[in-house]
Amino acid sequence: MNNRIQAIIQRYQTDRTRLLDMLWELHHLYGYLPDEALSELADGLNMAVEDVRETSSFYHYFHHRSTGSYTLYLSNTVIARMQGYQEVLDALERETGATLGEMDPSGTFSLYDTPCIGLSDQEPAMLVDEVVFTRLTPEKVSSIISQLKCGRSPEEIANPRALPKTDIAYVDQLVETNICKAGPVFFHNGNDFPELLKNCLDAGPEAVIGAITQAQLRGHGGAGFATGLKWKLCREAPGATKYVICNADEGEPGTFKDRVLLTRSPQAVLMGMVLAASVIGAREGIIYLRQEYIYLKAYLEQQLQLFREQRLLGNNILGHADFNFDIRIQMGAGAYICGDESALIESCEGKRGTPRVKPPYPVEQGYLGMPTCVNNVETLVAVTRVMQEGAEWYQSLGTEDSRGCRLMSVSGDCQRPGVYEIEWGTTLNQLLTLVGAEDPWAVQISGPSGECVAVDKGGERRFGYGDLSCNGSVMIFNRSRDLLGIVKHFMQFFVDESCGICTPCRSGNVDLRNKMERIIAGRGCQQDLDEMVSWGQLVRSTSRCGLGGTSPNPILTTLQQFPELYQAKLTEQSGVLLPSFDLEAALQGNERARIELTHHDYIPRELIQDPETEK
Amino acid sequence: MSIQITIDGQPVVTEAGENLVDVAAQNSVYIPTLCYLKGKPCLGTCRVCSVRVNGHITAACSVPVTEGMQVEVDTTELADMRKALIESLFSEGNHNCPSCEKSGRCELQATGYEVEMVVSRFPYRFPLRPREVAADHIWLERDRCIFCQRCVEFIRDRQTDQKIFSIKGRGITAQIEVNTELANRMPPEQVREAADICPVGCIIEKGVGFNDPIGRRKFELQSVRERALGEEES
Repeated sequence: MNNRIQAIIQRYQTDRTRLLDMLWELHHLYGYLPDEALSELADGLNMAVEDVRETSSFYHYFHHRSTGSYTLYLSNTVIARMQGYQEVLDALERETGATLGEMDPSGTFSLYDTPCIGLSDQEPAMLVDEVVFTRLTPEKVSSIISQLKCGRSPEEIANPRALPKTDIAYVDQLVETNICKAGPVFFHNGNDFPELLKNCLDAGPEAVIGAITQAQLRGHGGAGFATGLKWKLCREAPGATKYVICNADEGEPGTFKDRVLLTRSPQAVLMGMVLAASVIGAREGIIYLRQEYIYLKAYLEQQLQLFREQRLLGNNILGHADFNFDIRIQMGAGAYICGDESALIESCEGKRGTPRVKPPYPVEQGYLGMPTCVNNVETLVAVTRVMQEGAEWYQSLGTEDSRGCRLMSVSGDCQRPGVYEIEWGTTLNQLLTLVGAEDPWAVQISGPSGECVAVDKGGERRFGYGDLSCNGSVMIFNRSRDLLGIVKHFMQFFVDESCGICTPCRSGNVDLRNKMERIIAGRGCQQDLDEMVSWGQLVRSTSRCGLGGTSPNPILTTLQQFPELYQAKLTEQSGVLLPSFDLEAALQGNERARIELTHHDYIPRELIQDPETEK
Repeated sequence: MSIQITIDGQPVVTEAGENLVDVAAQNSVYIPTLCYLKGKPCLGTCRVCSVRVNGHITAACSVPVTEGMQVEVDTTELADMRKALIESLFSEGNHNCPSCEKSGRCELQATGYEVEMVVSRFPYRFPLRPREVAADHIWLERDRCIFCQRCVEFIRDRQTDQKIFSIKGRGITAQIEVNTELANRMPPEQVREAADICPVGCIIEKGVGFNDPIGRRKFELQSVRERALGEEES
């Protein structure tokens, strides 16, 4: 038996639910997950190796073939593609000698692309192992790669002053926070958290729930569920123990505000978790941090340590004999779907990030089957502020149906991309003016899963749960942008990120993407548009979770807002065959069979063009 | 606790918490299913049992009934959605019934007939997924797998409780896997169970592919609808 693998298993006490951590440790050890190592791990955990691989193969940062000494992940977003992605990719391929998706012949570099890494305000950006480089240009790429070739580590290049990773200066050196507009809620300084917690503990859990309910605080993750009600349900649910989870798996393309909150207001996030724990009666908390934010981990660990030193975490918090609560950080491994709270819980349990069948809901049976309260980073900060300033103060912000403020991650065609704190009720036009939007034409609200708004039609719409219920992602496109190409990119994203557990999302998104390609190629007719609507509605209404529930939105909302773009691409049907039907290609099957029968030669199928798989 | 719900406007008295698919069947309302197995935990993967509950479309197999629930099953729109999902499964894999060992015993095929499917509205993809033949008594025709998860969740090694079947990859790159060593120690009745609960011809028992003659196979003797409803009456 391999001692190092045994040591890993022992460190996690043969606990299968910590599989994600064990896989990460193996990955760090070997640079990938070798079959033999997975087999040993499986043996040690009394699992079939295929069962271990069931988890490991779900996450795209886990590799099952050897990788180069350095693994490069270039962020492939529509924003990056507007800002030089292709030139940077060309430079990376040229300088490393690796083609995208492969390792270079010397085994030094592996080059991949990856969906949004939460840096849309400073694209193009890439991760090199656990270090991030932003605002890439071909020149910057040349410099980085030549330094790596000379033996400098990614850390040395990005952090020449060798700042400790626990220090905010380290994070600031790697990425900009770009807080363009702070407001009353989210970036508050001068907090006295021990005093706040003491007051809340004195007031009691019912009072805390009462204040949050009175404030009408709703979850900022996207679904907008009432936070006070969630905590109340979790508090009342029977369970031997309970858990608090902070959802820091900010995966929606275009958002990065949680990254900024974790950097600038980490203690307000932690305070929110401690308050949740005090209310529901939890002993353990988890921050589920996406792998793309690995460079924040040491800094966040340090913040946890500071909380422990102030007795805001640990045993007997603030001297209360029956209040014991601590937090660990769970690293994700690359899966958009883990932003869904039940998928996130599955992932925390060391499994595939598959959304659960509901009911039961996480507040009843969540992590390890126990009542679990999952809140988004931004929601937790808002909770802290409500408890600091009072429900009435929070209620005075925003509108009747949407109280408080919301952070917007703004990117794309504007002068000042970054994070903006706005009150609910702000109009889209007001936001566009604030950010210095340049000739805005279309705005993608809430990322691919949200809606595309034509500025001339919807500029006066207001942000709020009743209308533009934004999850924080705002991508601005001017008239020079290829909107249909953007829609296709979004559909490809959903095809790549569908977990595949349910039929409509797994299969339907592929059909929708293929239709989009057909339209763009100018081979579509009106029937294709009608089918896109009908199939889109099928996927939207029958899928198991919010991914399939929203994935047709790029098509459905642009069809509604920009029908002329689609109409301009259509072809008239002449004769009985659909314009998308390529008779010649379809008959090649016959030609192949004829040749095979005549010459007894097998022709690999991929050499014959298939009309439906043709890109 | 006795409660009342309505199915297509008809009042139905039943017990709170019962599965909606079962409640419907008890009242002679057939809801097509492919992943659901009565008495087993809900898998909620195929979505073929989609119905409208209190105004929202949802998979019936994932619904425990509650007082006053309003259920719609038999509407043109819902019937077409269920049919579309079945068609989607046909186009996503290779389901060539005339040459398939499972024909006549295949739930996908039988359900396709039941919803009067003629041809899939979605383009056929003709995927190439390599078959897995390493185990002694079982092989996998992977291009027929519909990812229902029945085998993954319900067939376990009897000594160790380890998973025998599992899924690798995600989304469209997912494929079914089997652990050869564990498969080789499955007793014959467990091999048969695995082949039987597979709703398509993906898990095949070696050596017995065509043992029942055409015309005398499971769904040829009694349709999937009759079986779903009839089992409840007995």
